Amino acid sequence: MKIHKYDTVIVGAGGAGMRAAIESTKRSRTAVLTKLYPTRSHTGAAQGGMAAALANVEEDNWEWHTFDTVKGGDYLVDQDAAEILAKEAIDAVLDLEKMGLPFNRTPDGTIDQRRFGGHSRNHGEAPVRRSCYAADRTGHMILQTLYQNCVKEGVEFFNEFYVLDQLITEVDGVKTSAGVVAYELATGEIHVFQAKAVIYASGGTGKFFKVTSNAHTLTGDGQAACYRRGLPLEDMEFFQFHPTGIWRMGILLTEGARGEGGILRNKDGERFMEKYAPVMKDLASRDVVSRSIYTEIREGRGCGPEGDHVYLDLTHLPPEQLDAKLPDITEFARTYLGIEPYTDPIPIQPTAHYAMGGIPTNVEGEVLRDNTTVVPGLYAAGEVACVSVHGANRLGTNSLLDINVFGKRAGIAAAEYSAKSDYVDLPENPASFVAEQVERLRNSTGSERVSVLRKELQETMDANVMVFRTEQTIKTAVEKIAELRERYLNVSIQDKGKRFNTDLLEAIELGNLLDLAEVMAVSALARKESRGGHYREDFPNRDDVNFMRHTMAYREVGDDGTQSIRLDYKPVVQTRYQPMERKY
Amino acid sequence: MTAPTLEKREAGFADSPYITATFRIRRFNPEVSEHAVWEDFQIEIDPKERVLDALHKIKWDVDGSLTFRRSCAHGICGSDAMRINGKNRLACKTLIKDINPEKPITVEAIKGLTVLKDLVVDMEPFFQAYRDVMPFLITKGNEPTRERLQSAEDRERFDDTTKCILCAACTSSCPVFWNDGQYFGPAAIVNAHRFIFDSRDEAGEQRLEILNDKDGVWRCRTTFNCTDACPRGIEVTKAIQEVKRALITRRF
Repeated sequence: MKIHKYDTVIVGAGGAGMRAAIESTKRSRTAVLTKLYPTRSHTGAAQGGMAAALANVEEDNWEWHTFDTVKGGDYLVDQDAAEILAKEAIDAVLDLEKMGLPFNRTPDGTIDQRRFGGHSRNHGEAPVRRSCYAADRTGHMILQTLYQNCVKEGVEFFNEFYVLDQLITEVDGVKTSAGVVAYELATGEIHVFQAKAVIYASGGTGKFFKVTSNAHTLTGDGQAACYRRGLPLEDMEFFQFHPTGIWRMGILLTEGARGEGGILRNKDGERFMEKYAPVMKDLASRDVVSRSIYTEIREGRGCGPEGDHVYLDLTHLPPEQLDAKLPDITEFARTYLGIEPYTDPIPIQPTAHYAMGGIPTNVEGEVLRDNTTVVPGLYAAGEVACVSVHGANRLGTNSLLDINVFGKRAGIAAAEYSAKSDYVDLPENPASFVAEQVERLRNSTGSERVSVLRKELQETMDANVMVFRTEQTIKTAVEKIAELRERYLNVSIQDKGKRFNTDLLEAIELGNLLDLAEVMAVSALARKESRGGHYREDFPNRDDVNFMRHTMAYREVGDDGTQSIRLDYKPVVQTRYQPMERKY
Repeated sequence: MTAPTLEKREAGFADSPYITATFRIRRFNPEVSEHAVWEDFQIEIDPKERVLDALHKIKWDVDGSLTFRRSCAHGICGSDAMRINGKNRLACKTLIKDINPEKPITVEAIKGLTVLKDLVVDMEPFFQAYRDVMPFLITKGNEPTRERLQSAEDRERFDDTTKCILCAACTSSCPVFWNDGQYFGPAAIVNAHRFIFDSRDEAGEQRLEILNDKDGVWRCRTTFNCTDACPRGIEVTKAIQEVKRALITRRF
């Protein structure tokens, strides 16, 4: 075991982690721990753009953007945070441009903007061009630009280091972050990083679904590490299903395709979104569009022999426009489906895309241990966190924005905290939890296989807690997850070595997914209403009287060692917008 | 709207027969043996799946110790460049039906970088060459309040080289790089190109001097391996030629 000491440790090197690192490295001795290489992070898969009311191409302002964000999130958004997001969006985009990001340009040389789902002029009047973009590879450009600037600033990376535990020490009775424990993939060595401040920026949990746009590596490691140490997870029942994933594969096809004029059609060729969202049509918010697609499929208007998908039609758009604005997604269609998008519509289905919930933080990125109290020295930003700017449903282009605005805020706040704080003592045997976990798996002889359990988990999640949920389906998922958790204790791996043991890490990642899937299902069961991405067929309406509040899920361990989940609730911060009926 | 061609393809999808394919994989694990060996795995698989799916099938159902890097699984993250049937490709962008599954499909680590285990190589020399070309925008003077202006044409000038995902498929396909690890390699030059031809950048001369080094662009022998290997379709050799020309003319 090695012990390292840094002022600030950042867990994850995607957009939020690297944006934080650029700030924190200037102000404190910083280490960035990533289980991949920085440029492999899934920020790079984001396509369509980053919202900011630059008003470069038409009238726009941050107040409209705030409203759209609140409405898009079905009024579960904390409105103070949404206002910060929309206001600071403008500088966040300009910062990236100055760092070198090659945005597409208007004829007069300013940053070009395009339409995106749920973004409107004047509180829902009509779609507005608010998304700043670089073709359909905006996330790729953000990830590259941030990495380039990390190289420039001399940010210190520990690549292929898996953070598996959060260390917490009580200082005068106050739970305080002491550092993290990481496992080095190349050698199997365990490293303790003592740090004054820790920032989680480790991304989402999409891999508990089968059809997902998420990378194999998005297994909620950060959420699980904090949750296991008694910290709450907020709003985990809210998961976004992106309307246009490649049929069966789940690979993302950007909403920018519809922003450029693409149309969703059922088997009769009907533009069905006109029925569900007369104003915004194909550019309604993602929860609305995904439900509409499944309604078409359920009512027998799906395409293909099994009627299990619909079409994204780009055939009426000029090939030059597709080449210039949507080169990557048209190539995906050619590579993975053998389809030519110039002439053929693309089969799509909703794909599990984004966790609105996560580690609760305030607007400075400080992690909360209950509804109001911060954990000194602990921060989170990006998809791993829940500020909450996305509420019950995130708007497209608001996640690339979130990572930049709150990544920067967390980086500054954490480094400033480091500068004025001392190290707290590490707990006794700080590496013991990770060491035991690794040894148990390495010596395992059980009969269960990781890949089998993971597949069963993904199938039950797809079948029971996806776009449509009922008490019955969620209970089925809860029971199945409990069974899988039991069987997980009997899991064994084949690779017993120390060197690049990805077999071992996949087993640990599955443990994280099982913990988080359980939190998600239990949170969803208790929310007896429909709001944003959480749709209950048995409670199809939003219930502001009983449920306009955030879910806070805590892991409880009884005296006899039995684990359970305790749910609590946190009020939503409302400033200027009263909840209204949500129409697009 | 009708889409007859698509319906036909979908019908093909539905009754798609699984085939038996042999994957011949170059295994190496110094914890077990200092020698690398070829190992054959026969699996049942839909030929429309990717080589990455096949590797997962082997790892998950047959041999958990098979080791490779991967993340996004659709050609964006750059983790899974490997040598498939002797050619550098991303495993997640290579469909099995496109590489003749009737014969054994060979899979091995990319060349020119030290193999650490199975398909995993040491990427550090690759990233060091990248860092050496100063891969970040360098400007002088005060920053403008708003964005820097750039015409659509100026933006287009370096569009091709912004697509790089640092997968190393190009660099590890280059015979010069195989023989001399000191050579910067195509990927680093591509990333220098991305800034040299960016109208906002003001350090072109500096970058050109770095690439004028004995291990710089002049080592390129224009074999086009890099262009063939690039999974993003970047015209790598052309970019290297443009840097060479800029060195001679000092115009960029």
